[in-house]
Amino acid sequence: MKYSAASLLKQALGGQRKWPPFVAPTILKPHYDIVIVGAGGHGLATAHYLAANHGVDDVLVLDSGWIGGGNTARNTTILRSDYLLPASFALKNFALELWAQLSQDLNFNLMYSPRGYIDLAHSDGELEHFMLRANAMRLAGADVDMLNRRQISEQVPGIDLGLDARYPISGALYQPAGGVVRHDAVAWGFARSASSRGIHIQQNCAVDGFDIQSNRVVGVATPQGQISADKVFISAASATAPLARLAGLRLPMEPINVQAFVTEPIKPVLDSVVNYNAGLCYVSQSDKGELVLGGATDGYLSQARRGSFARIEDTLARALQIFPFLSQLRLMRHWSGTADIPMDGNAIVGATPVDGLFVNCGWGYAGFKATPAVGWSMAQYLASGELPGLLQPFALERFASGALIDDAGIGPYPWRH
Amino acid sequence: MLLIPCPHCGERDESEFDYGGRALALPALDASGDEWHQALHLGNDSEDCVDEYWYHAGGCECWIRLRRSLSNHAFVEPGSSTGVID
Repeated sequence: MKYSAASLLKQALGGQRKWPPFVAPTILKPHYDIVIVGAGGHGLATAHYLAANHGVDDVLVLDSGWIGGGNTARNTTILRSDYLLPASFALKNFALELWAQLSQDLNFNLMYSPRGYIDLAHSDGELEHFMLRANAMRLAGADVDMLNRRQISEQVPGIDLGLDARYPISGALYQPAGGVVRHDAVAWGFARSASSRGIHIQQNCAVDGFDIQSNRVVGVATPQGQISADKVFISAASATAPLARLAGLRLPMEPINVQAFVTEPIKPVLDSVVNYNAGLCYVSQSDKGELVLGGATDGYLSQARRGSFARIEDTLARALQIFPFLSQLRLMRHWSGTADIPMDGNAIVGATPVDGLFVNCGWGYAGFKATPAVGWSMAQYLASGELPGLLQPFALERFASGALIDDAGIGPYPWRH
Repeated sequence: MLLIPCPHCGERDESEFDYGGRALALPALDASGDEWHQALHLGNDSEDCVDEYWYHAGGCECWIRLRRSLSNHAFVEPGSSTGVID
């Protein structure tokens, strides 16, 4: 059903009882052209674009939990493309272009809000590096600016710009097209669109094995039976590594815990996304009025999905350094989840040594913003067999060949990325 | 919050420590690129428990080696002192 003023009126007259479900109930078929493992944003976006852009609808999306019940629903919803390295920038900037049109394309209100992204620098050296990044982005066609302290105070009235602060703010990189989008709506919007185009989505159906014959994947095993497939695409965030092990593959990444926080709702005080780089803390205000806060990873390997109190304390201390008024607020919610962080801190997208088996993982705590670009590009790859240029740098082979994409120049230490 | 059993200082809060990652078995410096790739990038094993290094910056200032469960954070063996990363 297309959402419109007419459909709203019609359903209102019917007492709101006849809205069809977002996702049609599915009876599993024994064979699909493509099976996607993971019904998060990336997997569902791939399914949507397979049908919408390539007419491929013999597709099944499986998830061990529910639609958007994993990292898609547990991130701080920030969109930006302020990356220095061309590969990282190009994919995320393409995503920003897609985000701008996505609510119309999906006929679903994603509450997309390009409110501007402000990345704070704390020293002349950092400012110089930000300027380098801004210039690289400008050369690649992005709209980006540098803000001085006065401009920051105009954009972000509540910020502490005191020169006696522990880490005084010296300037900022500003990307006007950055912003936020409602994360749950992203998963639901893609799922609804994919389902309406005939793609099957099966929730609460885990994959517990792969059928591999002479190094080619020919199907997956689930508690609901064997399903054969020509291609299998694992897009399951931190569950991708354990799943790949079932197919005999080892992926160069580690599981690390990341946390985020939401305060009680207050009246509007912040209409941009602010990132604080002395330590790490990023803050935005949701449409409900809650301040959404995130920080660095917990800093050590973990699959416990249980946050370290030391990181909570650290992230909130940074938040107070930016916005002292936050000390008046209580935290309403706090959550943590497992991020999958590769040895160079950048995602792994594309083919694997097993024929017909593809992966998309390693987005760590930075994958949400790339959702539509990954879906668009992977759909193209799965449908045509031709690897899009945007994805080429993210190939799994880069770890063996040495062509790493280490945005932060950190090295093979995932807990530091 | 981890309580890390330092073999020198006893159980201490994680905020006193720096993390050193997995205790990987690294090949010789002149080993082939592929051997280094295997050890450095694919040294992660499928087991729940990992051997790892911690540096007790706020205590004895020694690197220690511990074995820990990733699913529940329990330290499963008493720690050993390394003095330096071996």
